[in-house]
Amino acid sequence: MPPESLRCKECQTVYPLDARYVCEQCFGPLEVAYAAPDDIDPAELRRRIQAGPHSLWRYGDFLPVNALPQGHLPAGWTPLLRADRLAERLGLKEVWIKNDAANPTHSFKDRVVSIALARARELGFETIACASTGNLANAVAAHAAAAGLESYVFIPSNLEEQKVLATGIYGTNVVGVRGNYDDVNRLCTEISGEHEWAFVNINMRPYYAEGSKTLAYETAEQLGWELPDRVVAPIASGSLFTKIARGFQEWIDLGLLDGTLPTFNGAQAAGCSPVASAFADGKDFCRPVKPDTIAKSLAIGNPADGPYALDLARRSSGTIESVTDDEIREGIRLLAQTTGIFTETAGGVTTAVLAKLAQRGDIDPDERVVAYITGEGLKTLDAVRGTFEAWEIDPSIEAFEAANERVSALA
Amino acid sequence: MAVKVKIPTQLRAATEGEASASVDGATVGEVLDALYERFGELRNRIAEDGGLRRFVNVYVDGEDIRFLDGLDTAVKDGDEVTILPAVAGG
Repeated sequence: MPPESLRCKECQTVYPLDARYVCEQCFGPLEVAYAAPDDIDPAELRRRIQAGPHSLWRYGDFLPVNALPQGHLPAGWTPLLRADRLAERLGLKEVWIKNDAANPTHSFKDRVVSIALARARELGFETIACASTGNLANAVAAHAAAAGLESYVFIPSNLEEQKVLATGIYGTNVVGVRGNYDDVNRLCTEISGEHEWAFVNINMRPYYAEGSKTLAYETAEQLGWELPDRVVAPIASGSLFTKIARGFQEWIDLGLLDGTLPTFNGAQAAGCSPVASAFADGKDFCRPVKPDTIAKSLAIGNPADGPYALDLARRSSGTIESVTDDEIREGIRLLAQTTGIFTETAGGVTTAVLAKLAQRGDIDPDERVVAYITGEGLKTLDAVRGTFEAWEIDPSIEAFEAANERVSALA
Repeated sequence: MAVKVKIPTQLRAATEGEASASVDGATVGEVLDALYERFGELRNRIAEDGGLRRFVNVYVDGEDIRFLDGLDTAVKDGDEVTILPAVAGG
């Protein structure tokens, strides 16, 4: 499936495969179009994938680059874990956690940056940049360092300290912008018009977004070339959510998978839920909001792919839900205490929405459900501060036994 | 009332390469109408059914007009109106 062109999702105008993201005719988003494959032998294609590297580049045939990049930080091929204790707690039978915190910079952003950076190098760029809520900044800085490229990352100045520190260490230019993510994004959209840089999520966005398809490919391969019945995934811009569906659909169309598109449930924080609100109101576009939530990695008030996320949820018989900050903290705890996976606030949003759907009876107990955990708990420690007490004792066995008795009596 | 409108690179083919234009108008809608007067091709690219296409964002001094009064948002002398694609980020 060689990449053929960029095509407008709205009016179908076709453009060459260069650094552009907007249709000049209608301002719609551009997406990579691939040449129709010749005779596909699904068994042969599966063998070819299985013989590939243990990274997302095993799916190079479905990605918009000409050749596998040299000197890169390998991303993807993260664990898909069966979460029986979580399933039992929720009254379900088969729940899987795709743990994308197990990436080089601990979030799914390593996937999208891998593709954007590889394509940027093919196009001859020497500087890469991004507008980020934090995880993307980590990934851009790290992948640029590995590739020896200059980088600029623009973030809201009030971001979690862990995310700032874990970005600056790579030797990038960290630009804290006094404003929220949507302000950062507006500024970067303007800057991208004036500098010859590859902004991974602006002028390289059509390539970048394709990276999220690999979440679907991996899930299907790890399930033994089968589809889940239901997907629960977070929504910020809506790109990951819609590209997971595109990944499954491509493989269904190629005959690599049997069945139909899973039901898609999107997860947002109540403090920034423009897509969930539009879904509830029956609208096909999103009204922007000013974010106010602990889930900063999902705090996009003006989601670029909102209309497409709404369409996907509706045509797959899914929904888009929102959960409060308290439910997010409870979601983080639930996932940690049933699976051993400590996720950041975005994963708390996803887990809380999964729990909400299960409690409401929206999920048939026989369904196979996959929840996408997109980031690492160590990056948002403030969200769990004060949620439990540690014991402090003198170094004697008497002190321990006394404390143990006290705590047991309270339990 | 003279207002500066910043034109994104994707639209400069329709503005003879100009990156900004100074036009008169008391509201964002009037400013855009004045802009379409000068550069006829712009209207089809960003306007639809009397409003804006859904992937077009317009800001007055950095604030999205959807948080203000939309196309009825009042502008004053020296304000800066920015047109940008909505599909960036995330």
